[in-house]
Amino acid sequence: MHVALKLVSQRLALGLLLLFMVSALIFAGTNILPGDVAQSILGQSATPEALANLREELGLNEPALNRYFSWLGGVLQGDLGTALTSGQDIAESMGKRLSNTLFLAMWAAIISVPLAVFLGLVAVRFRDRWPDKLISGVTLASISIPEFLIGYVLMYFIGVKLGWAPTVATIYDGMSLGEKLQTIALPVAVLTLVVLAHMMRMTRAAILNVMQSAYIETAELKGLTMFLIIWKHAFPNSIAPIVNVVMLNLAYLVVGVVVIEVVFTYPGMGQYLVDHVSKRDLPVVQASGLVFAAVYIGLNMVADIVAILSNPRLRHPK
Amino acid sequence: MNDELKYLSSRAAMGRLTRRNFLGRASALGLSAVAANTMLAGAVKAAGPKKGGTIKVGVEGGSSSDSLDPALSTNTTMGTVTRLWGEPLVELAAGGGLDGRVAESWEGSADASVWTFRIRQGITFSNGKEVTAEDVVATMDRHSGEDTKSGALGVMRGIKAMRAEGRDFIVELHEANADLPFLMTDYHLMIQPNGGKDDPSAMIGTGPYIIKSADPGVRYVAEKNPNHWDDSQGHADTIELLVINDDTARVAALQSGQVHMISRVPPRTAGLIARAPTINVHTKSGPGHYVFIAHVDTAPFNNPHVMMALKYGINRQEMVDKILFGYGSIGNDIPINASYPLFTPLPQREYDPEKAAFHMKKSEYDGPILLRTSDNSFPGAPDAAALFQQSCAAAGIKMDIKREPNDGYWSEVWNKQPFSTSYWSGRPVQDQMYSTAYLSTADWNDTRFKNPQFDQLLVAARAELDSAKRKQMYADMALILHNEGGLIAPMFNDFIDGVSDKIGGWDETAGFGLMNLYAPVKTWVTA
Repeated sequence: MHVALKLVSQRLALGLLLLFMVSALIFAGTNILPGDVAQSILGQSATPEALANLREELGLNEPALNRYFSWLGGVLQGDLGTALTSGQDIAESMGKRLSNTLFLAMWAAIISVPLAVFLGLVAVRFRDRWPDKLISGVTLASISIPEFLIGYVLMYFIGVKLGWAPTVATIYDGMSLGEKLQTIALPVAVLTLVVLAHMMRMTRAAILNVMQSAYIETAELKGLTMFLIIWKHAFPNSIAPIVNVVMLNLAYLVVGVVVIEVVFTYPGMGQYLVDHVSKRDLPVVQASGLVFAAVYIGLNMVADIVAILSNPRLRHPK
Repeated sequence: MNDELKYLSSRAAMGRLTRRNFLGRASALGLSAVAANTMLAGAVKAAGPKKGGTIKVGVEGGSSSDSLDPALSTNTTMGTVTRLWGEPLVELAAGGGLDGRVAESWEGSADASVWTFRIRQGITFSNGKEVTAEDVVATMDRHSGEDTKSGALGVMRGIKAMRAEGRDFIVELHEANADLPFLMTDYHLMIQPNGGKDDPSAMIGTGPYIIKSADPGVRYVAEKNPNHWDDSQGHADTIELLVINDDTARVAALQSGQVHMISRVPPRTAGLIARAPTINVHTKSGPGHYVFIAHVDTAPFNNPHVMMALKYGINRQEMVDKILFGYGSIGNDIPINASYPLFTPLPQREYDPEKAAFHMKKSEYDGPILLRTSDNSFPGAPDAAALFQQSCAAAGIKMDIKREPNDGYWSEVWNKQPFSTSYWSGRPVQDQMYSTAYLSTADWNDTRFKNPQFDQLLVAARAELDSAKRKQMYADMALILHNEGGLIAPMFNDFIDGVSDKIGGWDETAGFGLMNLYAPVKTWVTA
């Protein structure tokens, strides 16, 4: 297994380098935005004195490079600093938001990934017949409609008209798991609808590709049933592209759900980041950016490693 | 009145009959829906406050970057939260005057330059400590020191000295100001133990509730303060405040019964929401207004004829109809309307393309006029700009619109560029509104309006204790601004709140929406 170990450590090192570059990019990006934090915090009610006082206190008069390196030094020691706007500890408040985001993403993934793979298998089994067309039609329709619209439609019919699930998905400490699950039912449903088609189509395409191979014909001649062929022979050989697209969608569930968070008032990372970008709260934006980048890089790394490990030719290079 | 109706309405008020049932049976007895509703509201009020239960509120404006320090609160959500745990010295009363909160009485010296507030006896902070005049001095000190970041600094600047004498808090001013008590209603100025100097974000005050959990931008929970001095507030045991910034989500939360009241119902849908039998939509005209502001010291706006052409070239009624959907009233190029105590109406300036064309021709300026706007300068601002462009085009005035990003609008465009869209939420009294934005030396003189006669009247009016004379001075100032100012004020926007029929005690108030943000502490759950 030392090949795999070497592989993982290589990928990790590359990932860290990428993260470092991302932090520099985010810093540069936020610095060229117009306006500054002090102005944004005080808003229309800012007086010149209050502005000057706040700038001084926030250390905004320091050169940008100094601010960047002192922040980076803190991060390396595990200190993300405090938010400029509210003075709260970033690691603490972001930790709560991140766990909320992961909670939502996890439940969306638990439902959508098996469902997508299963529907993909069914579509292959009944290729070009009505179940295939129905599955493709419905999932493609749900991915083509903007997600906020699906959100509003479900909110109106399921939340307001039928009263089956709450329309505001604010979860908080002290809720039981059951209450939390009921609260997030609608956003989970929307997210599932949004990510389903991509994974389902990829599963279908990858397996169909394999189904053209000679060994599938052999299996058929052995007298195996269609589902068994797909499950035992076709699926393992098409796992790499499927894992790839699953990981991309998982990353989306973590970093791309800002719109759903806003629509359902879910206290996750996306809303947290947007609030602080609009206030130019640089330390928070940097920290959130780093976390998002880490999630994205991490999941893609997993996809890479799974793809290599699932392929004997790559697992045992000559 | 029919006895059966009376009986039914009292049953409904007590929550033993649903509102829908009551309305149905009332109409069967030959009563119109409007009359039945009015009757029910009267009965609910007569039944008196009901104690206990939880009021859930959906508010907009909150953000996860909000500070819990009242000095730094800037939005509706934080305004509502601070009113749960804290109280200022005085608060706006429904009829236009003031109610004592931490102060039980107040009076000014004959020349209005020294003011004495008597602190209410025996009231305590939620940490058990008794409120003293020293706490009040410390609070005011924290908001007015050289190094303060408080949003109330502008209000505090006129103060020369403060001191505590027994139970009295005494303020000496640089120059007389008859409106000083009104300035003390500022929502930043919540009285805190030792002025909040030890821990500004502790949320300890004299309010009717105690904050149990605070998750900025998400949710706040407060429980009744058992030692609150005023029985007319704090009826529910628990207040739960949810920050819901998305308009559709906020309305859906009210419709599905997840919250009892919401702030800022979108005008576009207010009429539809009001049709639901379990929801009441309350509108309240206020001092807030949407504006087009021009720098009158910058070409071409320094030419009085250009300004006059623009003022005649705007169709105010059309904006009220299409931008506010009728939930508002037309403006008259002054920042003051009937919600101010000493308001005198001026003749209304109407849309007149011919006069606009005449003034434009006289100005000898024939270039285009560049108007900058953004979505967040006020709701519907880009649409309002487009309406303005069209009504000007009818008068032969060419206007270009530049759409700016929301991000950075307040720091890069407003008060920097010569012509832009903006809004003002208004102030409780005229002196404060004029001092904030129309005095020559004002920090936010966003129209660059500098008029010595206006300034002189403003200062003189502050010291004038005869309200008839004062009213005349304000009328004179309004006329100057109306004719020479860089302010084009087409409309005053109403506050629109959505309230469930399970809430009793909703009443008229001065100030902001949601009963001046006091709805959670002044209303009660009926069912």
